[in-house]
Formats: sequence, structure tokens, C-alpha cells
Amino acid sequence: MESVVKLEVQDYHLFYGDFRALRGISVQIPAHHITAIIGPSGCGKSTFLRTFNRMNDLIPGVRVEGQATLDGQDIFEVDVVELRRLVGMVFQRPNPFPKSIFDNVAYGPRAHGVHERARLAGIVERSLRDAALWDEVKDDLGKSALALSGGQQQRLCIARALAVEPQVILMDEPASALDPIATLRIEELIQTLKQKYTIVIVTHNMQQAARASDYTAFLMMDEERAGYLVEYGPTRDIFTNPRHKQTEDYITGRFG
Amino acid sequence: MQDAGWRIEHRDRTFVLTTSNLAWRHFAQRVAFALLWLAGIMAVAVLVVVVAYVVLQGVKVINPEFLLTPPRGGLSGEGGISTTVVTTLYLVLLTISIAAPLGVGAAIYLVEYAGQMQGQGRLAYLVGVVRFGVELLAGVPSIIFGLFGYALFVTAMHLGFSLLSAALAGACLLLPVVIRASEEALRAVPRSFREGSLALGTTQWQTVWGVVVPAALPGIITSVVLSVGRVISETAVFYVTLGGSYNLPRSILSGGRSMALHLYYLAMDTRAFEKAMGTGAILIVVIVLINLIINFLSHRLAARLGGA
Amino acid sequence: MRYIVDRSMRALLLVSALVSIFVVFLILVFTLRAGLRAFREIGLVDLLMGSVWRPGQEQYGILAMIVGSVFVTILAVAWGVPLSLMGAIFLAEVAPAWVRSVVRPAVELLAGIPSVVYGLFGMVVLVPLVRRIPVPGNTGFGLLSASIVLAVMILPTITNIAEDAIRAVPREYKEGSLALGTTHWQTIVGVILPAARSGIVAAVILGVGRALGETMAMIMVIGNSVVVPRPLASNPLTIVLSQARTLTGNIAVEIAYATGLHESAIFATGVVLFVLIIVVNSLARLLMRGRRR
Repeated sequence: MESVVKLEVQDYHLFYGDFRALRGISVQIPAHHITAIIGPSGCGKSTFLRTFNRMNDLIPGVRVEGQATLDGQDIFEVDVVELRRLVGMVFQRPNPFPKSIFDNVAYGPRAHGVHERARLAGIVERSLRDAALWDEVKDDLGKSALALSGGQQQRLCIARALAVEPQVILMDEPASALDPIATLRIEELIQTLKQKYTIVIVTHNMQQAARASDYTAFLMMDEERAGYLVEYGPTRDIFTNPRHKQTEDYITGRFG
Repeated sequence: MQDAGWRIEHRDRTFVLTTSNLAWRHFAQRVAFALLWLAGIMAVAVLVVVVAYVVLQGVKVINPEFLLTPPRGGLSGEGGISTTVVTTLYLVLLTISIAAPLGVGAAIYLVEYAGQMQGQGRLAYLVGVVRFGVELLAGVPSIIFGLFGYALFVTAMHLGFSLLSAALAGACLLLPVVIRASEEALRAVPRSFREGSLALGTTQWQTVWGVVVPAALPGIITSVVLSVGRVISETAVFYVTLGGSYNLPRSILSGGRSMALHLYYLAMDTRAFEKAMGTGAILIVVIVLINLIINFLSHRLAARLGGA
Repeated sequence: MRYIVDRSMRALLLVSALVSIFVVFLILVFTLRAGLRAFREIGLVDLLMGSVWRPGQEQYGILAMIVGSVFVTILAVAWGVPLSLMGAIFLAEVAPAWVRSVVRPAVELLAGIPSVVYGLFGMVVLVPLVRRIPVPGNTGFGLLSASIVLAVMILPTITNIAEDAIRAVPREYKEGSLALGTTHWQTIVGVILPAARSGIVAAVILGVGRALGETMAMIMVIGNSVVVPRPLASNPLTIVLSQARTLTGNIAVEIAYATGLHESAIFATGVVLFVLIIVVNSLARLLMRGRRR
């Protein structure tokens, strides 16, 4: 199996002040595939995910060691604002802005300098189509985004992220706040998205990881409460033939 | 760690693109933040300039004689400020002794008893009216309280320009302040305290007095200290109810001059600016002390409830 | 026995609570009653629109004072609001923790300084400075000096409430915006400030209410001559150098020796002020409640 590496971390550590939250993680995330990050709650999956768009920088007192690269370039050397455009994020709980549907999706492009109405309209339509939301909202883009259902709001957030033309989409348990039907729609959407984007998804739902992802990374918490990588590889291997006992225990539900 | 089943072929060498307006956006932020920093610095600068000027000018006249001799009137404001200090003290004590029980009592009622008004529609409506009244009072300017005090206490009740009139008017002014701060303090007391006490079979009043109020005490004391600060700095309400005499009041029906009022008269009537600065300097020092006390109490309040 | 205590305490506390509403009621009744004579004998229109206030000649028009109050408030808002809002944004979003721990107490201290101290500072420092402006008739006392002093006095009010409103904006909005590749400033302008809008407006309106109600500092620097402010020279901007009198100043300066109709007119001034402020504060409350929804 051949893959092009999109994102990579090597011997990556993250500290909150003196407390080590992530320990020595090394992973290569391949382009145009879906990589899932699983593990018991509190082991640092979200923290690890947020490495890739440097959202952890927002926390005062945070410190990193090791390397993290996008297309071979150190993400701590490039402009963080531009990095975040290229590496988009969808959050656990849908967080549409208190604006109209149109203004939510157009927010990113506007911020990046696109102001002509026609061009914005085109971007908004394309993004909403890619997020499988266009048909449901096309008649009233002026409606407040907060009036949408939970599943629709999350797809709106995906559309919003797509509107700035990222290369990677990070998803932090995107369906955990949604009902099963909405969850399924999101999962189908993610499958279509991987053709154009690289997807990294954190999930606590193992079945979701097993059926929806191409590669899986399993994280756990050590005795000092630092998250570390137990195992990483193609999803089929991880779930049918795990190399570590901890992985097997977690997958079969013996803990976590 | 790479696994045996799959290999990395080559790295995708797409470089990080920059959009056209990135440089502009960073520049705009730098300009905006510079202005914001300027605003923050200016706020501090204003405080420093005003306080420093008044204090530095004021200390020139402050000496034991200034503090311990009474004003002697005269064209250039002879004498010291001793009587005004005492008058201020009397005023504070009298006003607080009226405002604090009423305000804390009202707060206790609103927090502890008003919640019980289920099904008793009429009383619930009344509580809403009380809340509205408190909010309304909070917005009334000081001079209106003075005018009201003049109409009711000084004139109608024939109390004349006196400590009592001033204290009553001042208490009306303070009521919303005390009620709001005490309410906050009482609300901050965890529910479990009340439930624990009631579960032992005590009456509500026993719970309130024995458990809730002691727990909220730092906050309630803070509200009282806040009021002390207000009484000391307030001028307009006392201007029209206290009278202007610089002598020592002999009873609560006598008039007098608080320090703030004395400052006003020094500046306006006798143009004795240095002595006014001196009075102002002392007022500022007192207010700073009061602010420090309030901060200290707030931290104790947070610590006490945090560890509960 | 316990229950008797319980019942009586409950009644006592209820009475304390009712005192507040009772006081409001009393204030309304007394000021209205005292001002009624003026309203009846002088007439609402003549009182509000008359620009001559000469008690000695039984002339009671408070137009000059209304204009004075409104004008000085507008100017104070013009100087004070931009600075306050920038200060609020600075404290909520930009200042590092140690800077905030210095600036925020400084702002709170500004709020506690007695108004007469501000008035004194205005008299001794600001007025001579303004007097330097070479316009004939410029005494230094007037709208400019007064509005600057007033701006400083309302700064803490607006800054504190606006800062709280900005801090109350949910983190998710900020994170969502930053994750799209916007700068911090873009996030502030594009998402945070719009979301905090009603709280900020409420802060400004409360500042306006405070400005309208200020008395002593105004008396000390605004000049107190009963004139409708007008430009001192051909340049219309010199109107800010004109002296003026506020509604609050009118009350304070004249009440001590006023009798009869004069006294009633003072109370009528109080009623007008009261109404003005109630309207302003009701607006603020309406806006704040809208946001909480």
C-alpha cells in the first residue's frame, strides 16, 4: 500500500506548564485518507488533534517538543493564521456563529479578502453542496444558523470549514452530540470528503472508527497521565490483528 | 512508527500558500492592537495623573495642625479639617446603621424567602415589583435623592439641615447598592448548606440566621464597606441635606460638613485650592484603603466558598 | 416558640424589602407634588422651552439647562465611549494577565474617586489649560472642560460592563473563527464584538445615564451661567468653549434659597431629570434582557 504523507509528528511532546500531556508520539498521516484517533477518554486525543492546527497555542503556558510537519514543513515555522486555513477544524459541539447561514459560510472567504457578491455566492453554494446541506437550506440562506437542527448545524460547520479551501480537515468527535441518523449522514459525508481532503477524526466510538476510517491510531494514558501512542496502522489490521494487548483489550471492550 | 505492510513513497511537496491579504491582515492587527494598548495605558495614566497631582499638591498642606484643628472660615479658608473628619465619621455611622439592616434584610428576603412563593401569586407579583423598585432606585442620580431628602426630611418632617436628614437621604441612595451586593453574597452560598440545615428540622429563620448569613458574611461585609466608600465620596445628596456649617455637630439634628463637602466649599467659596487638595488627598487615601479592603474580602469570600 | 420567631422574622424581612419600593414611591410623589405648582402655573411648554431663567423676575425656562445637560453628555460620550470600548476590548482580549491585574483595578479605582476631587482637578488643571485657547470670551469654564471631566468619570462604568459583555461571548465562537484562519483582530471584529453588541450598547447607555446625573463636578467646571450654549466666535466649534448649566447644577445651586414658585420650578427640573434618566435606564435594561435570551 502506498501513501503520500500529509501530516507527520516525530517524537512529539506537549506540556501544560510542568505537566506532560502528550508523550513521544510519532505518526505519519497519509493524504486523502481518513485517519481515526481512538482511545479512552482523557488520554489526550483532542489535544493531539489540535496540534495540527496549533489550536493548543491558545492555552497559556503550553509548550511543545519534537517535530510536527505539514507537507514536510514545520508547522511551528509557518504563519499560524495561514496554517489554520489549510488545516480546518470541525468541533465536537456544532458552533455556528449567530449569523445567517450565508454569512456563516461566507465568513471565512470574506476574512480572506473575497468580497464580490457573485463569487461569495458561488463559494457558499459549492461548500454547502460538498457538505450535503445545500438542498435543505438553499431556499433561505438568510435564515439564522441557530435555527437549524443539530445535524444541520454540524454540516453547516463543515461547509464553513470547506469554504476556505483547506487541505486537511480535523474533526473532533463531530457526531458525538448528534442523534444516530444525523451521525450516519456525517459519516457518509466524511467518506465523500476524503477524495479531496485529508481527514483526521477523533472518535470515542470504536464502531465508527472501524467502519469509517482507513488508518487508526490508538492512544492511551500512562501512569503519569500523559497520552502516548500505543499502536498505529491500517484500520483493518488494528481491529482484526492488533499487535499490542492493550489495543486488543480496548477494542474488545475490556476497558475504556 | 511504520508498519511492515505499507510504505511511504514520497512526500507531497505542495508548499504552504499565502493568500493575497495575509500581510494586510497582520498589519491591521498590529495597528489595532497598538491602539488598544494605548487605550489601556491611557486609562491607567489618567488615574495616575489625577491621583498623583492631587496627592502631591495635597501633602504640602497636610500636617498635624491641618488634621487636628477645625476650620475657621474666613476669606481664604483658614484652619484645618478636624470637624469635617468627625462629621464624616458620624455621617457614615448613621447612614450605614439605617441602610445596612434594611438593605441586608431586603436581600435576605429576596433570596431566601421569595423563592418560596409558589402558588401564592400575589406575593410573587410583589417580589417582582420590589426588584423593579430596586433597579429603578439604582438609576436615580444623587442630586434627586438630595432633593427628595430636602423635601421630605429637611422640610416636611422638620428635621432641618442635619445629620439625620442627610443620613436618611443617603440611606435611600445606598439601598440598591447594599441590596445588590448582599444578594450576590447570599446567592453564592451553596444550596447544600440550606438543605443540610433544614434536614435537621430547623425553621427557615434558624437556617438563614445560623447557616446562610454566616457563610455569606464576607460578601455582606463587602457590601457594607462599599457603602462606606460611597458615603465618603458622595456629595450631591448631602449638599442639600446636611447644611454647610463647619462646626462640630452636637446632635443628629445638627448640621455639618463632610470632608467631600468641605473640599467643595474650599474650592468654590474661598478658592483655597491647596487646602482643597489636602482634603482631596486624604479622601483618595481613604478610598484606596477601602478598595484594598474590598479586594481582600472578595478573595476571602472566594477562598471560603471554594474550600467548602 | 421557634415558629413565632420564624414568622415574625419573615414579616420583618418582607417589610425591609418593601421599603425600597416604598422609597421609590415616596420620591416620585414628593418630587412630583413639589413640582406640580410650577407645571401648573408656568405651563409645561414655557418651562421646557423657555430659554430665560430669572427667578427674580418670575421667569422660569429650563431650556438652557436641558441643552446644557444634553450637550455636555453628548460630548462626554464622544470622548469617553471610544476610549472605554477600546479599554474593554483591551482588557478582555488583548492584555496579558499581569497587565490586566494592573489596569482593571486602576479602572475600578477611578470609579471610586469622589466627584468633587475630579471637579477640583478640573478647576485647577483643566480649566486653565482650556483657557489658553485664544478665543474671546473663553474663560476656560464650559462644555469642553466639563465634558472631559465627565468622560473620565463615566469611563469605569462603560469599560467594566462592556468588558464583562465581551468576556461573556462563548469560547466556541472565538475558536470557530480562529480555526478558519483568521487573525485575532478579525475574530474580535467579525464574531466577538457582534455577539457582545447588546451588552456593549447597554454599557454605553448606562454611562449616558451616569453622565446625565452628575452634579458636583459639573458645577465646578461648567460655568453655571444660564445661557443656551452658542459659539463664541465665527468658528462653530467654539461652541464647546461656551459656558453652560446642567439640570443637575440648576437644582443644586438654587435649592438652598429658593422659595415658592421658584422652589417648585427647581423640583420641576428634578422631575424632568428623573424622567430623562428613567427613559435612558429602561432602554439599557431592555437591551440587556434581550441579550440573555
